[in-house]
Amino acid sequence: MPDVVAARSQMAVSLAFHIIFAVIGIAMPVLMVIAERRWQRTRDPVYLDLAKRWARGTAILFAVGAVSGTVLSFELGLLWPRFMELAGPIIGMPFSLEGFAFFTEAIFLGVYLYGWEKVSPRAHLLAGVLVALSGVASGIFVVIANAWMNTPTGFTFANGSFSNIDPIAAMATPAAFPQTLHMTLAAYAATGLGVAGIHAFLLRKNPTSAFHRAALTIGLLVGAPAAVLQPISGDIAARYVARRQPVKLAAMEALYETRAGAPITICPGIKIPYALSLLAFHDPHAVVQGLDDVPRDEWPNVSLVHLSFDVMVALGTYMALVGLWAGWLALRKRDFATRRRFLGALAIAAPCGFLAVEAGWMVTELGRQPWVIFGILKTADAVTPMPGLIVPFAAITLLYCGLAVVVGVVLYRQIIQSPGV
Amino acid sequence: MFSLPNVLAGIILVSLTAYVLFGGADFGGGVWYLLASGPRRAQQREVIAKAIAPVWEANHVWLILAIVLLFTCFPRAFAVIAIGLHIPLTLMLIGIVLRGSAFVFQSYGGGGGRVFATASLVTPVLLGMCVGAVASGTVWWGVRDGSFVTSFIGSWLTPFAFAVGVFTLACFAFLAAVYLTLEPKDAQLQEDFRTRALLAGLAVVVLAAIGLAVFPEAPPVHAGIVTLAAAAAVAAFWSLWRRRYRMARAAAAAEVVFIVWGWAVAQYPYLVPPDLTIADAASPRVTLELALIAVLAGAVVLFPSLYYLMRVFKGDRSPLKNDH
Repeated sequence: MPDVVAARSQMAVSLAFHIIFAVIGIAMPVLMVIAERRWQRTRDPVYLDLAKRWARGTAILFAVGAVSGTVLSFELGLLWPRFMELAGPIIGMPFSLEGFAFFTEAIFLGVYLYGWEKVSPRAHLLAGVLVALSGVASGIFVVIANAWMNTPTGFTFANGSFSNIDPIAAMATPAAFPQTLHMTLAAYAATGLGVAGIHAFLLRKNPTSAFHRAALTIGLLVGAPAAVLQPISGDIAARYVARRQPVKLAAMEALYETRAGAPITICPGIKIPYALSLLAFHDPHAVVQGLDDVPRDEWPNVSLVHLSFDVMVALGTYMALVGLWAGWLALRKRDFATRRRFLGALAIAAPCGFLAVEAGWMVTELGRQPWVIFGILKTADAVTPMPGLIVPFAAITLLYCGLAVVVGVVLYRQIIQSPGV
Repeated sequence: MFSLPNVLAGIILVSLTAYVLFGGADFGGGVWYLLASGPRRAQQREVIAKAIAPVWEANHVWLILAIVLLFTCFPRAFAVIAIGLHIPLTLMLIGIVLRGSAFVFQSYGGGGGRVFATASLVTPVLLGMCVGAVASGTVWWGVRDGSFVTSFIGSWLTPFAFAVGVFTLACFAFLAAVYLTLEPKDAQLQEDFRTRALLAGLAVVVLAAIGLAVFPEAPPVHAGIVTLAAAAAVAAFWSLWRRRYRMARAAAAAEVVFIVWGWAVAQYPYLVPPDLTIADAASPRVTLELALIAVLAGAVVLFPSLYYLMRVFKGDRSPLKNDH
């Protein structure tokens, strides 16, 4: 395995692993806080039980997220020292801000998890709110750094080095808004429907459980609106990609030739005429740039990007439909717990958000290749001179596979096993 | 002296020092978890786990802060270190992952106490080896003499780096044992940690003396700082002996602070000796200014929050009054 491939694989494994914990770390505190608030209002012990169980789950997942995030902050340099040397002064800013946001998150999570008897109920709830807010803030800062790699701004580039650096302009990069919006909604949709889906599955077996009913409702409250809004943010993101990274869009849609009135290719042989022009530019006759506009060696892996994109869109669409169904039932004041078909559909949605997040990151990262900083620095030129990178790749992969199994077992024992309610 | 790059390098040093004082003690706690012994073995472990649980994640963030500030403000230094110390840093990261996740698993009944304790023993040694390699000026940018061993192993697998690694472990264990004297409600447990603190404190002093005598490649340490560290060490021993644990905590922390700063002063103005100085490695001025603003703004949020965390969990709750 060539070193650059090993380095990319290690980065991919590290990100794919970390993103699950990051997403849960962003959204889970919101669910905890809602449960605790409901407990404080109603004094219904089911809500206290939920808040405490979710807090335990968050503790485990946050810890794994924190250490796997540390790995990533080092890996940026361990694998891509040339990239960090060039980009550090420009995008260090969002990373530094993320450091402080993460600090706040870790501090108040400590207060939340271990402070039930040590601080007042109001302070405890406030600690939860601060965890939720700083969680979103850290996610946004990290995604801004990634957005800069897609649409680098805030510098002049000549002779292999940057000058006239403006870190504020770099943070205001055009990709920042669509990417952070899409990712934040994804975190709430994936986690909310994930939780609701697990409890929908358990509710089908045990339809009278007040515990699962309460958990499902709170999960839907967070997940369903996000899932319904996500296609809109996806549209914003796609239109920005069409203008700023046309090669990525061409790979996403497997559009080989530049043309007006471009169709969407669902799979070879099945096309929807004009749909791509319509989606990307809101005009059925708009010209969409194809892969033929750039030399062959600047193409990303088209089949993989295209497949990932279609998987993400399919899963997201399914989740949005389930979200709409939930909204419709809620409007008509129907009891979710007795709707077996709805519960089944929701249970299927449980893993969808996480798979969609993985697929979406595949689109944005693979779609940027062969560049690490789009149009400026190629990934192959950023890799460390250290040889034998297959060894750390294998080590990190084994470590994370083992960890994933243990996390699954501990979580199952701690959280999901039904209480005797 | 107070140029912008120096100020930011100082902030990174403060962040690293905080990591050593807080995060280091959490690793040290793991060491005593591993070495728990005697009739109160289970209670010792319980006290350690309870002391670490609410704070270790916040304590860990000091390292992340130091790293992000390093690559923002001194990207070239970060790149040199990441290339030359790829292997020990990767091993250290594996240690960090195993320590953190095994700790949280054992807290929630998933087992993993042994992994947590072993990783707590190995990780500080690797961290110290990286520091030792940087201090001795052997970390190299890229491939040296076309040799893999010289470039990527020879720089950090040295007796000096290993000695710094073991010394780091001793410091962390010392800090942990001293802090732990303030944790238990039981006087016998307190005695257990006092004994451990005295032994670890002795190990720190002996290792420091041997190290200063044996290694010619050690950067010359400023005599004033050595005196300060020695005075703090004496104060720590005296207060431990007299069972004045609050004072012992302050003295032990001061001792370790002087040790860390002794290293920093010894290699000033070099960030990565022998030739990369703070000024050479610094980012453009605008980046440094913004980073400073971010740090100041962040500190406004951070310090009150940290104070609150420590007051809630490390405040005066022991029924044993020792400072009378």
